[in-house]
Amino acid sequence: MFMKIGSDLRPSSIQPDPMCPDVHHVMSISQETSDIYTLKLQPTERREAVRFAPGQFNMLYAFGVGECAISISGDPTVNNVTEHTIRRVGLVTGTLGSVRAGDSIGVRGPFGTPWPMDQARGRDVLLIAGGIGMAPLRPVIMDVLANRENYKELTILSGSRDPEGILFADELLTWKKQPGVDSKVTVDHADSRWNGNVGVVTTLVNRTVKDPKDTIAFVCGPEIMMRYAVTELQKNGLGKDQIYLSLERNMKCAIGLCGHCQFGSEFICRDGPVFRYDRIEFWLNQREL
Amino acid sequence: MHDADSIVVERQDFAGLFEILRSLGYAVVGPTVKDQAIVYDQLSQVDDLPIGWTDEQEAGHYRLRRRNDAALFGYAVGPHSWKKFLHPPRLRLFQAERSEDGAMVFKQEPVEAPKYAFLGVRSCEAHAIAIQDRVFLEGAVADPTYRERRIGALLIAVNCGFPSSTCFCHSMKTGPGISQNTKVDIELTELLDDEGHRFVFQARSQKGQTIVDRLPARRTTRGDLDAAEALVAEATETMTRELNAEGVRDLLYANLEHPRWDEVADRCLTCANCTMVCPTCFCTTVEDVTDITGDHAERWRRWDSCFTLDFSHMPGGSSRQTSKSRYRQWLTHKLATWHDQFGTSGCVGCGRCISWCPVGIDLTEEIQVMGQSTQGVPSS
Repeated sequence: MFMKIGSDLRPSSIQPDPMCPDVHHVMSISQETSDIYTLKLQPTERREAVRFAPGQFNMLYAFGVGECAISISGDPTVNNVTEHTIRRVGLVTGTLGSVRAGDSIGVRGPFGTPWPMDQARGRDVLLIAGGIGMAPLRPVIMDVLANRENYKELTILSGSRDPEGILFADELLTWKKQPGVDSKVTVDHADSRWNGNVGVVTTLVNRTVKDPKDTIAFVCGPEIMMRYAVTELQKNGLGKDQIYLSLERNMKCAIGLCGHCQFGSEFICRDGPVFRYDRIEFWLNQREL
Repeated sequence: MHDADSIVVERQDFAGLFEILRSLGYAVVGPTVKDQAIVYDQLSQVDDLPIGWTDEQEAGHYRLRRRNDAALFGYAVGPHSWKKFLHPPRLRLFQAERSEDGAMVFKQEPVEAPKYAFLGVRSCEAHAIAIQDRVFLEGAVADPTYRERRIGALLIAVNCGFPSSTCFCHSMKTGPGISQNTKVDIELTELLDDEGHRFVFQARSQKGQTIVDRLPARRTTRGDLDAAEALVAEATETMTRELNAEGVRDLLYANLEHPRWDEVADRCLTCANCTMVCPTCFCTTVEDVTDITGDHAERWRRWDSCFTLDFSHMPGGSSRQTSKSRYRQWLTHKLATWHDQFGTSGCVGCGRCISWCPVGIDLTEEIQVMGQSTQGVPSS
């Protein structure tokens, strides 16, 4: 079952004009890696508590420059503060990266389907992230840690290009120390100072799954990495209905009306970004979709 | 089709319709000749209609021709569709101001919704409007501009007597006659024979009834009704193109890697004409602008097309790099995934994409070729 915009779990309501942003105040901006930063935002006009579910995203607007879809990377148990962890890849993400605490930006959202935390209850939770793909999974980790008794083992597999690019590196170490939590990191390239794993993140799956029948996997990263992750998870005994992916496409409206984010028969903004694998299997295996 | 409740308005009384519509506050839009094509624009009088004109269409071909009569609606469809009024090509979404201290204020755009009377809606076009209703009104979030304009609009539909050679509405079950369950306010049929030049009018909604009741008219005769029926029957007969609407969704899903896509891609210029003239294509993009001070910004929405490289822009490059993938996206959306998304085909068989394709790509031909060399059953 997927939640649609407007369902009970969809936390805050859409504004009267769905295309007009709300002003948000930048509380802080912090550099995560050389090209990734995190914005902490607060709404300036408080109408109702702004809440989100792990996996949802906002449309962030840089004044006069444009808007882009960015997943929420903060703590879902805290109201009225949203964090976004953003990689500088273009004009909008570059401009947003040069804001200072006290500035304003425009925000629409939250939008999209969340990770199915209800499906994860009572099970081992396996998170697989590639690069910036850790951002939408961070709220899952926070939710699991805040409600530890609801879940069994939490395993975080994270891949990055090089040791300098490991996102939330300090937090990964902190999380790993929590009872019932394990995290493994791997990098594509490293020099002799790196003592950890080298190779793609999907190679870590083999050594990880303990109880395949009672595991749920949430995967976010480049599409090619997600395809391999699915293959590895299936090899390790997970069914198609135990694997969830978060997909990405160009988005202009985030409300299913502009047509840009179509992925076969799905609108990623409205039917996703989080999909159960069997729902999108057919489309994920098509080229140039 | 008409029944015994319909009335007949003589040609010399047809102008009365304009007066009634104006008195009710409608802005009348309909067909008129401009730049050697029949387009939709604001009309002020009967003489603005394409009197005595028809259109000659083929793949990659559209020409106006003189008719040997003075018919008002004696053509098929032109490059415009009603979506340009309900879903405007350019629309300002909001304005924003930034003050010296960096504070930002957004000014929501008021919805501008003129009260339109659409005169001359073809059956295929009424179906196209119903399809856009599903897209813009029946999803989780409705489009405010479309909603307001659609609620106010009056649809005066005209049964189609002169389909062009690119039409295939009979395959898509969207025409040429207006069926009972097609949502329009008034249905009319233009008759031009030995009995004279006249129009059979029938109210199809309460809103339509109030207008029809005010027209100078006589009751229909059996002869009028038979002539109206014959017109549509003959129109159906003249249609040559066809498309197997039943099986096309599964056919496309089974053939996403068919060699025919490469062959079409060799011809397709990715010019986006087909998406601009399509009455159901709804995609838009946004543009951000600032004034010279940099402190006043606006965001505009405009029609977009899946044929542009930018449409699927992603940080790592566009996801649809080749023209093959973009043509495939358009056609599979229109004829296949649209069913999954909105419970209907996205095609009404109006033939505009065939006529206005500069290289004459014909989707009915592409589907036929794929059907003859299908690569298997769908794997989904």
